[in-house]
Amino acid sequence: MSPRKSSFARGLLWVAAALALSLGVDRLAVQWINPYFYRILVLCGLNVMLALSLNLVNGITGQFSIGHAGFMAVGAYASAAFTVYAVPQLFGVGPDASGLVIVGPLLLALLVGGLTSAAAGFLVGLPSMRLRGDYLAIVTLGFGEIIRVVILNIDAVGGARGFAGIPRRTDLAWVIAGALTTWVVLRNVLRSYHGRAFLAIREDEIAAEALGVPTTRYKVTAFVIAAFFAGVAGALFAHYTYLHTNSFTFMKSIEVIVMVVLGGMGSLLGSVLGATVLTALPEALRFASSERLIIYSLLLIVLMIARPQGILGKTEGKRGK
Amino acid sequence: MQELFQQLANGIAWGSIYALIALGYTMVYGILRLINFAHGDVYMVGAFAAYYLAIATGAGGAAASLPMALLVLLGSMLVCALVGMLIEFLAYRPVRRSSRLTALITAIGVSLFLENVGLRVFGADPKFFPQLIPPKRITLAGGIMVTNHQITVVVVSILLMVALTLFIQRTKTGKAMRAVAFHRDAASLMGIPVNRIITITFAIGSALAAAAGVLVGLTNPKIEPLMGIMPGIKAFVAAVLGGIGSIPGAVIGGLVMGVSEYLVVGYVSSTYRDAIAFVILILVLLIRPAGLLGRNVAEKV
Repeated sequence: MSPRKSSFARGLLWVAAALALSLGVDRLAVQWINPYFYRILVLCGLNVMLALSLNLVNGITGQFSIGHAGFMAVGAYASAAFTVYAVPQLFGVGPDASGLVIVGPLLLALLVGGLTSAAAGFLVGLPSMRLRGDYLAIVTLGFGEIIRVVILNIDAVGGARGFAGIPRRTDLAWVIAGALTTWVVLRNVLRSYHGRAFLAIREDEIAAEALGVPTTRYKVTAFVIAAFFAGVAGALFAHYTYLHTNSFTFMKSIEVIVMVVLGGMGSLLGSVLGATVLTALPEALRFASSERLIIYSLLLIVLMIARPQGILGKTEGKRGK
Repeated sequence: MQELFQQLANGIAWGSIYALIALGYTMVYGILRLINFAHGDVYMVGAFAAYYLAIATGAGGAAASLPMALLVLLGSMLVCALVGMLIEFLAYRPVRRSSRLTALITAIGVSLFLENVGLRVFGADPKFFPQLIPPKRITLAGGIMVTNHQITVVVVSILLMVALTLFIQRTKTGKAMRAVAFHRDAASLMGIPVNRIITITFAIGSALAAAAGVLVGLTNPKIEPLMGIMPGIKAFVAAVLGGIGSIPGAVIGGLVMGVSEYLVVGYVSSTYRDAIAFVILILVLLIRPAGLLGRNVAEKV
């Protein structure tokens, strides 16, 4: 067997293992834990996807996006509209269908969500040709808010009432598979030639440019990849629970940033850890419901003063000293 | 035509409030290069400080008079100046030498802290701001209706902005502030007490936010602990729009935002009100990346 073929076979083996793991964990979770914990696990998985993808822009490429919830919203609404308006016509799969027939339509809906969001990511990434640092951050913030207001005004997707009638098709298996895919893709990108280029931009943009790295193209690429996975996460979210633009406010973007920073900028494992801890922690602090957000915010400040590189971060971003 | 002028009048009153908040953002950014996300929440604290002061002194009811209203305004500004100095000392000073992202996350932490302490202490249900000045409707030339509250907002804002400009341009402390904003380390070598200047900057910025909070209580009397989030973000956008770090820029940015919001409400749809600010911002930044009055800083290689 040639090395190329064997690596392909190994890839297939990994995919099979990942699928088995996702389905296995899902079956076990349905059997052994109550719906409340199941829901927390699903939200953990979605947040892992969001944190990992944002890490590519903020941690690895050293840009600063504070509008990640906007991409999630684009993906969520695009995929939901696809499922509600196109899937019954194209596949004859109605909202009540279940079992294996939904696999294809849902997969396609996730792709639609991801690609629409990636297109939005391209648009948002373009100003990075002219803007840097805080100004770019504000453009991403503005994008997130504009998207939310625009969706709120589209009646076909429910507007201010929220989008009703989306079939609930996401389960833990889909979410785990999504998070694993995100992780593997980002890990492979990071280890490749392109990954070095992203890191070079973070370390010193001018030096990278001088060494022939097309910085603008890489910055836009980072935005597109991050937006794709945020869009897929949004699509999974849309097929899991009640869909309303209130889920995608500025606070959601901040939440994801905090996950990335807590875990450690640029560390993939850190993002997984940060997302898990910050999804579980508010639930764990539920006994002190009115104080928990006070504790949470104090923890954040203390962490920044005591360990600004996050739990698993090794190097601190050098930008803007 | 009359409606256009009416919306312009409303927009100017509302824009003055954005401008007051934006001044604090722009001053802090000019000196520390920090987006002080907690600034919008300081504005909320200002509104609540005035609320409790007005109740304690009776300025909202029996003893309502102009001097009492002024007293409430100054009291609230004093409280917020202290809050701002405390925030700077406890949260921002320890991270001043860290990366800018660290400082930014700290600011977000402070913002969440103020909001949630506000929810705990003041309660989540909106409170009705006492009427410091009895409301009166005034018809200007051309049939434009304004309230005496709106006029108060504009007049007080103008007075504060003039005072701030004089302070920064004419006093020794103001000169020191400009020096620190220009180059912190060089200023320090020239014997300027940088820490004290930064503290003063926070005190002034927070006091201006408090004034905005009191003025907002006057015109829109419903106050609640999360009221600072949206105006905070928009005032920051106003500061960027005008060119962050520039004081006249912040004022112009605030007015542009206020007026454009009211024009959208009047002529398009009130649901798009929150989006217009960002549309304008993105357009301006694409044409002039440093904002309307911002100076383009050459990049050091």
